[in-house]
Amino acid sequence: MNVAWRLAWRNLWRHRRRTWLTVGAMVFCNTLLVFLISLQLGSYGMMIDNSLGAFTGHAQIQHRDYFEQSKMRQTVPGVVSLASEVRQLTARESVAARAIGFALASSEERSFGIQITGVEPGYEARVSSLPGLVNSGRYLNAGDADAIVIGSVLARNLRVGLGDELTFLGSGRDGSIAAAVATVVGIVDSGIEDLDRAMAQVPLSWFQQVFSMGDQGHSVVVKFADLDDVAQGVAMLRDQLDLGDTLQVHDWDYLQPGLQQAITSDMTSAWFMYAVLILLVAFSVLNTQLMSVLERTREFGVMLALGMKPATLARLVGVETLMMAFLGLALGVLLGAVVSWYLSIVGFYYPGMEEMASRFNLPDRMYPEISALSLLWGPGIVFIGCLVAAVYPALRLFGLRPVEAMRAV
Amino acid sequence: MRLPLGTVTTLAWRNLWRNYRRTLIMLAAIAVGVWAMIFMNAIMRGMTDQMVRNGLNLLPGEVQIHHPAYRADPSVVNSMAPPSGELLAALQAAPVEAWAARVRVPAVVASEYDSRGIVLVGMDPAPESRLGSLPDTIIEGRFLDSADDRGVVLGASLADRLETDLGKRVVIMSQDPDNNVAERGARVVGIYRARLRSTEDVFIFAGITPTQAMLNLENKVSEIAATGNDYRVAEGWAPGIAAAAGPGLEVRHWQALDPFLGSMLSVQDGFALVFMVVIFLALSFGLVNTLVMAVFERVREIGLMQALGMRPGLIMLQILTESLMLLALGLVIGNLSAWLSIKPLESGIDISSVAEGMEMMAMGTTLHPALDYRDMVLSTVVVIGLGLLASLLPAWRAARLDPIRALAKN
Repeated sequence: MNVAWRLAWRNLWRHRRRTWLTVGAMVFCNTLLVFLISLQLGSYGMMIDNSLGAFTGHAQIQHRDYFEQSKMRQTVPGVVSLASEVRQLTARESVAARAIGFALASSEERSFGIQITGVEPGYEARVSSLPGLVNSGRYLNAGDADAIVIGSVLARNLRVGLGDELTFLGSGRDGSIAAAVATVVGIVDSGIEDLDRAMAQVPLSWFQQVFSMGDQGHSVVVKFADLDDVAQGVAMLRDQLDLGDTLQVHDWDYLQPGLQQAITSDMTSAWFMYAVLILLVAFSVLNTQLMSVLERTREFGVMLALGMKPATLARLVGVETLMMAFLGLALGVLLGAVVSWYLSIVGFYYPGMEEMASRFNLPDRMYPEISALSLLWGPGIVFIGCLVAAVYPALRLFGLRPVEAMRAV
Repeated sequence: MRLPLGTVTTLAWRNLWRNYRRTLIMLAAIAVGVWAMIFMNAIMRGMTDQMVRNGLNLLPGEVQIHHPAYRADPSVVNSMAPPSGELLAALQAAPVEAWAARVRVPAVVASEYDSRGIVLVGMDPAPESRLGSLPDTIIEGRFLDSADDRGVVLGASLADRLETDLGKRVVIMSQDPDNNVAERGARVVGIYRARLRSTEDVFIFAGITPTQAMLNLENKVSEIAATGNDYRVAEGWAPGIAAAAGPGLEVRHWQALDPFLGSMLSVQDGFALVFMVVIFLALSFGLVNTLVMAVFERVREIGLMQALGMRPGLIMLQILTESLMLLALGLVIGNLSAWLSIKPLESGIDISSVAEGMEMMAMGTTLHPALDYRDMVLSTVVVIGLGLLASLLPAWRAARLDPIRALAKN
């Protein structure tokens, strides 16, 4: 170990208590940052997966105005063959065609306006989690025609059970009247009120017949292996498919812009708090280092008189800060990682979270995500902040005059 | 013995400025911390306030009366007679400032191009306007002019989806109590814009009389909504209304109607405190450090004072006074800068760049920070209370010094 480093290390422990208090501030701040950031990143991941997994998927091919206006006649022609073409291009089975319409659904006792989705029974379960949540009856089969699967809240509101019939009255794509009768074969209970109220799925071929759609539909939903594959996959589809002017490939960010923005705004407001914490720790370091420079005025005067350059002394103060900051970083990351790791196993919960979580499609326990980013993002900035805080004390050394300094008390 | 408070204060004040750099840095840290506590909470309060208000606008009336089965099954079957007798008297007395009875049922609206599922609200515009439940702005045409108005008012987004316009006809379909399809054609007399697009897509307003006629309801209604002056106190007067309504009807205040909004408020209050304590903890390291150093520098001096007969209690008091002065000064600066920075922002911060994300939380595009004096009080209590607690250790150590050793220390 070279002399400057050894000197710095010893200087650090001249005021044991002061150094530990300063390091303690860093450790406190770092632990908190690691825990909060990994919790945030974990919940964002879950929020995206749950929101997209329920219905939207990672990408959709739609008529270019359908997303904004969702009119019945903004269709995708030959939607089933397009879906199988996408399946070949992506080499994935998780591609499904859909069509969506509105109708007044009537049971024996009740009538409600609902949104009906025509799906490909064989493929829908691969892009959406809803088919897997059927809790009574069964999901649609390839051979089904006038069968419907509905959400549990809708079933309750319509007062229907398995085997009951629902009558639909709506308008078809060409403005004609669409009327039909379907039998309830399954009821889905996702636990999310909004989904269970809105869900009503029928086989796509039957939907096309009832709503005079011909071979058309409204979207082809694609789910990739991973969120990280979406950008590449969407680019490939845009490149390879001949979609003409009217059709477009939208990724999930376009289809659910609220999701990314909710994450951005949450991250922004969280960073306001983090910035304040980091600033406070930096003040703490500034205070400590300034005091340690001022109390050593005589000593520094002697060193200057012996021919040491001010830059060398400044470097000494810098190395001291570096050591202190590193100690804070190492201990803070370690402690934060332990806390996050423990909570990533048992889950994190606070009272009142349930109601909020369900609004963002989150489960009622959160699991922090531990990664290099979540561990080092916050503490890294604390580290830099601490070094910056030592600049002013170090700069003071350049104004020091040896004779006056040696006379200082 | 009379406490020489004057001397202690003067001494503490002068000690504070012996090392003015250190004191100033600490002061800046406290001020920034206090400012952040209040500022962050003002923003959060602004957000929750808006969420609650937007939420209440969707289901206007802090206290609502329904048929007991209506909330689980919002059907025309679960209607009730309009208020009369005791209930009517209770609704017309304080603290209720306004109330209205309305029909609210799920329905389908169809234009010549498209159809959508919606919620049909049959209302009397006069009491509803006192209740504050009319749409924010009418961008085309007019709002309903009376309970007998035969026209309908649609949201701008819905009108766009239906490709309909002012003056055109739409057909509204729902069911009557015997589950026959009830339908009626109506002219679009107005188009409204709401803060949230989802509101525009869902609610269609019509006069209550033609709506009751179409649904074969006679004079029955689905919902009675009442409001007082402050949504935070609705819980208090709801039971009085419930007693007047009798056992046949369900009376709920808004926190029970929307558990999300209710829990939002209580979680928010909890967070305000947690946030303040976290900020304070970050501050406390610096505070303790400053005091420890201040004591360390003055060991000889303290020893001398003890040797001259100053009691340990007084020494402790003096250190604590020093810390109290530092904290109080920081609090004044922090509170003042928080007030100065929030006041100009109260007219609203533009957050439209994340509007869709905010809409998930039922927020509009402008954020109005709400400075709450309770946050200022709470931050003061937290900082002074915990600050003195943190100062106890260095103060106690100072008081316990052995005079002989302290004096001998170089």
